[in-house]
Amino acid sequence: MSDRVLAIENLTVALPPWADRAHAVDGVSLEVRRREILCVVGESGSGKSVMAKSVLRLLPEPHVRVTAGRVMYGGEDLLALPAPGIRAIRGGRIAMIFQEPMVALNPLMTVGRQTDEIIEVHTSLGPAARRQRVIEVFADVRLPEPERLLRSYPHELSGGQRQRVMIAMALALEPALIIADEPTTALDVTTQAQILRLLKELQGRHGTAILFITHDFGVVAEIADRVAVMRQGKLVEQGEAQVVLQCPQHAYTQALVAAVPSLSPRQGMPSRSASVAERPLLAVSGLSKTYTGRGGAFSFGRRRVPAVAGVSLEIGKGCSLALVGESGSGKSTLARCIVGLERADCGAIVLEGRDVAHLSRARLRPFRKVLQMIFQDPFASLNPRWRVGDIIAQGPIVNGTPRRKAHAEATELLRLVGLDPKAANRYPHEFSGGQRQRIGIARALAVKPKLIIADEPVSALDVSVQKQVLELLDQLRRAFDLSMLFITHDLRVAAHVCEEIAVMKDGMIVERGATVDVFAAPRHDYTKALLAAVPGRDWSRGAAQ
Amino acid sequence: MQSFWRRFFGNPRVMLSLLWLSFIVAVAAVAPLLAPTSPFAIVAKPFSPPFGEFLLGTDSLGRNLLAGLIYGARTSLLIAILATLAAVAFGTCLGAIAGFYGGIVDDLLMRLSEFFQTIPSFIFAIVLVAILAPSGTSLVIAIATVSWPPIARVVRGEVLTIKAREFVQAAIVAGQRDMPILVGQVLPNALSPLIVTGSLLVANAILIESALSFLGLGAPDLMSWGFQIGAGRAFLRDAWWLVTVPGVAILLTVLAINLVGEGLNDALNPRLRDL
Repeated sequence: MSDRVLAIENLTVALPPWADRAHAVDGVSLEVRRREILCVVGESGSGKSVMAKSVLRLLPEPHVRVTAGRVMYGGEDLLALPAPGIRAIRGGRIAMIFQEPMVALNPLMTVGRQTDEIIEVHTSLGPAARRQRVIEVFADVRLPEPERLLRSYPHELSGGQRQRVMIAMALALEPALIIADEPTTALDVTTQAQILRLLKELQGRHGTAILFITHDFGVVAEIADRVAVMRQGKLVEQGEAQVVLQCPQHAYTQALVAAVPSLSPRQGMPSRSASVAERPLLAVSGLSKTYTGRGGAFSFGRRRVPAVAGVSLEIGKGCSLALVGESGSGKSTLARCIVGLERADCGAIVLEGRDVAHLSRARLRPFRKVLQMIFQDPFASLNPRWRVGDIIAQGPIVNGTPRRKAHAEATELLRLVGLDPKAANRYPHEFSGGQRQRIGIARALAVKPKLIIADEPVSALDVSVQKQVLELLDQLRRAFDLSMLFITHDLRVAAHVCEEIAVMKDGMIVERGATVDVFAAPRHDYTKALLAAVPGRDWSRGAAQ
Repeated sequence: MQSFWRRFFGNPRVMLSLLWLSFIVAVAAVAPLLAPTSPFAIVAKPFSPPFGEFLLGTDSLGRNLLAGLIYGARTSLLIAILATLAAVAFGTCLGAIAGFYGGIVDDLLMRLSEFFQTIPSFIFAIVLVAILAPSGTSLVIAIATVSWPPIARVVRGEVLTIKAREFVQAAIVAGQRDMPILVGQVLPNALSPLIVTGSLLVANAILIESALSFLGLGAPDLMSWGFQIGAGRAFLRDAWWLVTVPGVAILLTVLAINLVGEGLNDALNPRLRDL
C-alpha cells in the first residue's frame, strides 16, 4: 500500500521478569496511513504507551525491550537503524507529543529557544530564518502573540498553551507522523476540546498522520478516523471509527463502549419530593476560604488565593448533588472545609441543625459519624501497613464500638461492597485500584453516616472499573438512604450519578439545579461551554437514542 | 515482605557484613568467658610480639592486647548502640512533632536542630565530654547530642509527605486523635528511611567513641579500641600491631555496618537500584 506512513509488524515487547506479565506488547500489527488519525484505545496496562514509545525507541532498556517484530517507516526498519539514523527520524520525520507538557518542557529554557533547538538540530537554517519558522508554527497552533511568547518560560504559560507549544515543536519540521501519547489527559475539559479541535484542523491542513493514544472513548469519537483497541498487550479490534464506535465486534470493545457513562441526565428519585419540606441535612451558606501563601524568596507581602468565595448549597436527606468544575475551581477545597479537614474563613456549615464550621477538631468528633468521605486516589487513601479489616474497623472503634463487633461489621461490609470477606486479613497492596476503592467505600460506610462526600472517587479508575464502582455507590445509596455530595470534573459521571448538579468556577457556584434541567437548558455561559466541551457528545447522544 | 528478606539476604556484601557483625556481637556478649584476665591487668613483660605467649602480644604496660580487643568490642558496641537509640528516640519525637504540627512548632524545632548542626559535631562532643567528666554515660550523652539532628530532619521530611496522604486524612475524618494518627498511621510508614539512617548512625557513633577514647576522653574504667590505638600510637614503629589490630577492628566493624545499612536501603527501596 503506497499511502501508508508507518507499519508496525508483529511487534513484541518484553517486560522485566518481576512484572505481572511477560509481554507489554504481544504481536501487534498496525499501520498508519497518510492523512489519517489512528486512535489506539485501551485501559491502563494495555501496552498502548509502550507500543508508541517503541516506535521511536524510547523504551527504558534493558528492562523493557523489543524482542520481535519490525517498525517500518519509508522502507526502513526503525528498530534496526543505527543511533544517528534514529535521531534524524526522531523529531524530524516522526514527532512525539507527551501527556504532561509541564514535565516534557525544560523549565529553565524559554519555549521559543526549545522550539528553535529542534530546527537547529535538524536543518541548516540560520538564526533569523529559524526565528521566523518558530513564529510561524506558534501562530499555526493559535498561540496568542507568538513574538512575545517566544521569550516565555514554561511556567508562565497555562496548561493549554504549554500543550500548544508541544504541538508547535512537533510540527516545526513538518513531520510525516506525530505520535500523541494521551496529549489531553492532563488538561481540563474545555482546554481539551480546544486542543482536539486544533489537532484535527492542523492535521487537515498539513496532511500529517497522527497516532493518537488515549483511554477515553469520548476523545476517540471526537477525532479518530480509525480505531485500534488494545487489551493486555494484544490488539483485539481495529477498524473505521464509525464502525467500531457504533457496532463494536469484539466483546471487550463492546464492554468498554457500554461502560462509558451516557450523557443523558439522571431523573430525580421519587422519594425526593416528600423530603423537600424537611430541614436539609447539610446547609452551607456563604462559605469562603482564602489561602495565603508565602510569596517567593524576594517578594514582600503574602499572596492571597481565594479558593472558595461565598458558596451556599443544600443537600436534603437521600439527595445527591454533583459538584462539577475544572481544576482550580475550588470544589475540593469546599469538600475539605465541609468535612473539617480545612477551616473555612467565614460562612456557616449547618449539619443536622448545628453549625459545625468553627468547631475545633475535638468538638467536631461527634459529627464524624454523620459525615464521611471517599477519597480520590485508591492507592494513597489506604494505609499500606494496615490490614484491610483494621482500616475499615478504625472509624467505629474510634467512635466507641467494641473491637470484636467492629471487625465483624467490617467483614459484613466487605461482602456488601462485593469483596471476599477473607480480604479483611490482607494488605491493601494485594488489591487492584477498583477493589481498593471498594475498600475505601466500605470504610466510609462503617460508621453508618448519613452524608457521604465523594471527592473524584472514580477519576483514577479505568472506565470499566469506574462503571462498577458507580453502580455500587448507587446501590448503596438506595440501601442506606444516603445523601451524597459527589465532586467530579466529568459531566458524564455527574449526569450518571446525581439528580442535582452545581457548577463551580473560580470558587463560586455559577449555576445549580436539577441535572435534567441544567443539561437541557444551561443558563450560565460557563455551563454551556462545559457541556459543549464534553468529548464525543454527539456520539453519546446518538448512542442514547 | 518476603521479597524484602530475599533481597536483603541475597546480597553477598550484606551476608559477609552480618557474619562479621554477629561474630563481634557474640564476642562482646561473652567477653568475660573469652578473655581470661581483666583488660587492664598487667600479665607479662611489655611489647611481647604476637603469636608468642599471648595471641596478639602485649602493649607498652604489658597488658594482654587480645583481652583489650575483646572488652573493647563490648565498649564500642554498647556505647554506639545506646547513643544511637537515644538519638533516634529523641530525633524521631522532635522530627515527628515538627512535621506533623508544622507552623511555628516546626519553625522552632528546626531552628533548634540547625543550632546543633552548625556546631562542628566532633568538637561539640569533646566539649560535652569535658564538661560532663569522662565516663560511659557522658560518652553516650555526647554522641547522642551530636547525632540526633539528621534523624529529626529525615523523620520530619517523611512525616510531611505522609501526612498529606489521603489515608491520614481518612483517619482524621474517622475522628482519630492526633497522637494515635501520628503513632499508628504516620510513623510506621516513615520506618524504612529511619532504619537506614539509624543503622548508619551506629557506624558513626563507633567512630566518634573511638576518636574520643583516642584523645583520652573515653571512659577511664572501660577498655576500648580507640583507647588502645591512643595508647599504642607512640610505639607505632617498634610495635606496629598495637595500633594496627584495633584499627582494623574499627575499620571492619564500621565498614560492615555501613554495608548492612546500604543493603537495607537497597532492599527497602528496590526501585532505586533496578532503574
